[in-house]
Amino acid sequence: MSKKNSILKGNAVYVFLSIMIGFIVGAVLLLAAGISPGEAYGKLADGVFGQTKYIVWSIVYASPLIFTGLSVAFSFKTGVFNIGAEGQFVVGSLAACAVGILVKAPGPIHVLLCILAAMIAGGLWGAVVGILKVKRGVHEVLSYIMFNWIAFYLSNYVVNLKAIHRTGGGEATKDIADTARMKMPDGIVAATRCSAANWGIFLAVGAAILIWFIMNKTTLGYQLRAVGFSKSAAEYGGINTSRNFLTAMSISGALAGLGGAVQVLGMSGRISQFASQEQFGFQGITVALIASSNPIGCIFAGLFYGAMKYGGTKLSLVNAPSEVVDIIMGTIILFIAISHIFKMIVAKRLHKKEGGK
Amino acid sequence: MSVLIKDLGLLINAMLIATPPLLFAALGSCFSERSGVINIGIEGMMTIGAFTGAVVAYFTGNGWVGFFCGGLAGAVFGVIHAIACVSFGADQTIAGTAINFLAPGLAVFLCKAMFDNSSDSPALDTAAKLPKMFNGVFKSGSFLYNVLCTYSVAYLCFVLAILVGFVFYKTKFGMRLRAVGEHPQACETLGINVFRTRYICVILSGFLAGLGGAFVTLATVSQFRPSVIVGQGFIAIAAVIFGKFDPVGSMKACLLFGFCNGVKALLGGSNVVSPNLISMIPYVVTILALVLFVGQSRVPAANGKPYMKSK
Repeated sequence: MSKKNSILKGNAVYVFLSIMIGFIVGAVLLLAAGISPGEAYGKLADGVFGQTKYIVWSIVYASPLIFTGLSVAFSFKTGVFNIGAEGQFVVGSLAACAVGILVKAPGPIHVLLCILAAMIAGGLWGAVVGILKVKRGVHEVLSYIMFNWIAFYLSNYVVNLKAIHRTGGGEATKDIADTARMKMPDGIVAATRCSAANWGIFLAVGAAILIWFIMNKTTLGYQLRAVGFSKSAAEYGGINTSRNFLTAMSISGALAGLGGAVQVLGMSGRISQFASQEQFGFQGITVALIASSNPIGCIFAGLFYGAMKYGGTKLSLVNAPSEVVDIIMGTIILFIAISHIFKMIVAKRLHKKEGGK
Repeated sequence: MSVLIKDLGLLINAMLIATPPLLFAALGSCFSERSGVINIGIEGMMTIGAFTGAVVAYFTGNGWVGFFCGGLAGAVFGVIHAIACVSFGADQTIAGTAINFLAPGLAVFLCKAMFDNSSDSPALDTAAKLPKMFNGVFKSGSFLYNVLCTYSVAYLCFVLAILVGFVFYKTKFGMRLRAVGEHPQACETLGINVFRTRYICVILSGFLAGLGGAFVTLATVSQFRPSVIVGQGFIAIAAVIFGKFDPVGSMKACLLFGFCNGVKALLGGSNVVSPNLISMIPYVVTILALVLFVGQSRVPAANGKPYMKSK
């Protein structure tokens, strides 16, 4: 097969085209609203790359998204659609926040405890949906959606509990203890001039490599992928599909929960009352789609989304609504979702050209 | 006794305001799901409907025009969802997720572009909102006032639900749309146009969701705000599942969930029960319902599966 053909059969070209279309749709809307797309996109780029500080901020924004992206990508590979990363992220951040406020422990141990709590919370949130799926045959997409909203209101409920709510003004929890923060040392914070510089990105890259390793180099990963590829074939091959679904959904949930911990311990330091969903989980779906479910790809897709999100906050400086980022991202997902039909057509054409081998 | 009756009146009033947005969206969801297309973009379609309704009513001063245009805006996103899911066979959950980025994003984008970078639209005059019935007939605050003097659309939506039930079970179109959601291949061999049926249903689902969203801004809230819908689209989806994908069943579920919202509104500031716990009820009972329904195959058989004509 020629090089050109193998490119056309892969995902990268379609993802690239979808991203282009996303930016074009965004530009058309900006034009329609009387805003110069050049100026807006220029500001976006400058807002990400203009200063070292901006780049570090973009990375800070990206870290939780890499986790939710990994969570969704992992679920895709194992034949489940984790649309519940949103809720798992929320309970993860909630658990990390609660442990960060209520538990007293020395520095690194406190951070570890918070992370562990977040992983357990997210993992359980995913596992419950898994149990409903394998024991009762409930379609996971439906129960994930319900659990997202249960998590949403649970978080708002807990935020308002006396033991956790901040005294004085503000609809938020108290700040977590300093021992639970995973900020970079003061020297690095001063050098990057980004007050939120934290270790999250290293955790995210580590998690991506670990997930890649598990998926591609271990028996567990082989079994999970086999179930994801064809449930009945895997069953025929003697793989316990129920147990694999449960494992996959728990790991996927734990990853999203970990993302919540990174957000709280690294950046926000507290949880505010939600007015609407924060969308980390849904943004994770975009990250996974852009990465074509490749764990390593999630690092770069997450950085892309993080940069867009952070750069988007600067758009108001040129009077452009930051929501253009949502529109660009929505368009990208839509086009990636419909691209598979073009891939099929191209594959058929190439197949014919090569003489129907 | 009279206090009790008065409280009951207030509760019914709160229910009559909280239920219609859910019910419109749920009826839309019924169309889409029964024809075999999952539509989780309902939430986004409601948001764009809420925005369009508020803005059109603001500029025309006519609530009915705003209401209808809100439906049309939802229908536009219905067309997008239909193109992606029916023509291109995209993963329906992913396409719906895209709609939930696109539609609310566009609503807030346009709002900022139109109203000097403000994400809230200007408040509507009473004249530009949907009309209330029996204005001035009953004494303000009395039981009958609370039960009868509310938005006429709030009553119409129940009529609509029964009408949709009639369409589903007593008309040729209804029979076809149900069949298409169960076994599209068989329908195609009988000469039923699967694509066209699904297109109509998905566009209708967008239109109805848009109406539901417009009701929120044209009756309850009087302006568009980004957080005006939060979760109502998903409650509607929950109601449809809880109502076993049946229009009248969904109506009953919407009444139950509308009741929850009504109680929440009434309790307001008082801290008897946390409003957040009440807000969970629709989702928790839907999970329970899903667990209990299992084995009864209530979900349309072809739901979520793209249909491609075999050549």
